[in-house]
This record gives sequence, C-alpha cells and structure tokens, in this order.
Amino acid sequence: MKLSEVVKALELKVFNPEVEGWEMIEVTWGYTSDLLSDVIAGLSKDELWITIQRHLNVIAVAKLKDAAGIVITKGLVPDDATVKKATEERVVLLGTELNSFEFCGKLYNLLRYGEIR
Amino acid sequence: MKVENSNPTNFVWLERVFTKFYNLSDSMKIREIIEKIDGKIVSGEDKLDVEVERGFAADLLSDVLALTEEKACLITGITGPQVIRVAEVLDIPLIIIARGKQPSKALVEAAKLSGIPVVLTNKTVFETCGILYTNGVKPCKIKIIQSSEETNTCLNAD
Amino acid sequence: MDSEKIRLVYRIKPMDLANAGVSSSHVKAELQRYGIEEDVVKRVGIICFEAEMNMILYSVGGKLKVEANSDAVEIFAEDNGPGIEDLEKAMQPGYSTAPPWAQDYGFGAGMGFPNMKQNSDVFKVESTPGVGTKIHAIVYRRKRDETK
Repeated sequence: MKLSEVVKALELKVFNPEVEGWEMIEVTWGYTSDLLSDVIAGLSKDELWITIQRHLNVIAVAKLKDAAGIVITKGLVPDDATVKKATEERVVLLGTELNSFEFCGKLYNLLRYGEIR
Repeated sequence: MKVENSNPTNFVWLERVFTKFYNLSDSMKIREIIEKIDGKIVSGEDKLDVEVERGFAADLLSDVLALTEEKACLITGITGPQVIRVAEVLDIPLIIIARGKQPSKALVEAAKLSGIPVVLTNKTVFETCGILYTNGVKPCKIKIIQSSEETNTCLNAD
Repeated sequence: MDSEKIRLVYRIKPMDLANAGVSSSHVKAELQRYGIEEDVVKRVGIICFEAEMNMILYSVGGKLKVEANSDAVEIFAEDNGPGIEDLEKAMQPGYSTAPPWAQDYGFGAGMGFPNMKQNSDVFKVESTPGVGTKIHAIVYRRKRDETK
C-alpha cells in the first residue's frame, strides 16, 4: 500500500512533506519498537516503524533499515532538529494521536484486511 | 468496507459493530491469547481464565508507568525484571514478551514470585497488537503529559 | 488506624538495575497492608518507581523514604549526587540523559519527572550540581479539591 493511502486512511500527520515522492513509498507491514537495538535487528525493508522515540538517533536507524517511514504515536512531536535531519536523509516522519497498541491494531487491519476496524 | 466518516463518535460505534460481528466478546481470556499468538506461558499458569480487556504496547518503563488508570496487558520487548515490578505497581494482568526475546532468569523468577502471567511469543509486537485488537482487546485511554503543564494538580479522572 | 503513622526507608544503590523497582513494590505492598486507598497506593507506587529508577541510573546512591498518615502519603527521595545540571530540561517530557545501553532495560523514555509530577498533589524538586537532588512529593488521601 502506498504511504499516502495509509496517511489518508489513518489520518496521520506528515511532519516533513517536503521529502520528494513520499506519497509513493511502499508500505508492506509495520514494526513496533521503542528499543533501537530491536529495530536494528528486526525491522524489514519497507516496514513502517511505529514508536514513541523521536530523538535524532531514530533517523539513522530508519535509514539503515530502509524503513517506509517513522510513525510517532501518542500525539508526540519530534523537535525541529530531528525533522530537519529526517528531511535531509529523506526519512518520512509521521504522527498519530493514537497510542501504539491502537495504531498497530488499525494498521494491521488496514494492511491485512484492507479495512480499518 | 472502508470507514469514510471521520466523526470520532460514529467511528467508535461502527468499530463496536464490527467487533461484535466478528467476535462474541470484547475481551480475551489469557488462554485464548496464548492460542492466537502461538504463545508459551512461563509463569502464572493458574490464571489462564483471567479476562484481558485492554492492551498496551511499550518498551520503555516510564511509558508504561504513564498508563495509570486501566488494568491492561502489556506487550513488550523488555526482558529485565524491572518490568515485573512495574506490573506489580500497576496491577498489570499479563505481560507478553514478543519478538522471540528470551526473558532474563531474574524476570522469570520475579514473575513466578509475584504470580504475574508472562507469555512469550515469536510474533512481533506489531502482529501481537494486531491480533489482540482484531479479537476485541481494546486500547487504553492515555493522558498526554504536555510540557506546558505547570500546575501540580490531582490526577485527572478522565 | 488514624493515629498510626507508617514510615518506610530504603537505601538505593547506584547502578543496581537488577533491583530497580523492588523498593517501590515493597512500598505498595506495605501501604496496601495498612489499608491505604487503592488509587493513592497506585500513584505513590509510580512516584516511588520513577524516583528509584532515577537514583539507580543517574546518582551515586541515595535514600527513598515514604511516610503515611491519615491525611496523606509523602515521598522523599534524596541522593548524594551528582545533581542535575538543567532541571528545567529534565522536567520536559521526552528529555532523557539515559545512555543507549540503558534502553534495553526499558530506561530512556524521558518521562520520569513528568510522571512523578502528574501523580502527585504537591511536587517539589531541588537539585545542586556537585551536591545532589532532593524530591518531595505528597499524595493526599482525601481529595482536597472536588473540581477536577
């Protein structure tokens, strides 16, 4: 599913829409973790990383693993430095008001069954 | 069927209908959870019939501690014993350690002592949440602690 | 029961990660035994846990003291250093000085102080770099203010 479709269906905020071509990024699945070492070990290419972490280090990890993007949950907001670095590295930063459990539930249903529950 | 209406109240109502249609209840027993996530129980084997109504996913202890109101099962990748102590403080009914991570000996010992059920699964946190959510386990209401909040007020009862 | 006062004191050792939360669990159990209200016990437990974790991870050691009477439960957490350089920053949700390895233990959310403040009716923290940090939190047993 294209990232733009996910954004629309789940009403996500895009912190850095200046990243060229972000709409066409393919999202295959999701990976939820706040532990950077687990993300480095477990996240597969084109998966959307779901976390509350929003400091500068997350950009390098997302880039390393070719994540489809980073979804920051609970309505939390990354600081300007992180957004700037993300844009430079072409990592899309997204936000949701939902907490991680609920967002996972909805994304899982969207990607697996094509519907939001 | 795509949900078009973005009105939150209607959305929740429709969600309830879907849940009721697909599931007979809006909670899961621990034994059902174990079955659905191919889980293995390592403590609290006497609590298989305990109902779990809500779920929460977190890897950071303070994030879990910010959840203060509801008895929710925790889905996590933490393997240290500290998570059992958080579970004791918050009356968490079940801890699911996902991603095939092995809990430390200290965690298992602490879990057995406290009687808190701990289930291991090879599934990711994402999938575990997805499965529980689809089977009726509800999310928690979380209070967002904004940095502009200056007053020392009583805990909100929202 | 009303005239009874409870006093619990714990020595917190630095980098004692394996025991992080043990004192807080004990506090919870003791307060429950004395019949303190469930919601008060939970809030006190959270404040103690955060204070304990901070002392273990960041300080050279300190003391956690919990006193309860018929009106309130008071938590005192005092350490012997190194103190917090920028207290205002430390109070911000998400700000954390936890080293990367600490994440595997679940540290680093940067919610320690916000959680403590959120759960207390009165919250005071003083810190002097090079000396140490003192936290004083009060959780009232009866709601002082009926309006939310």
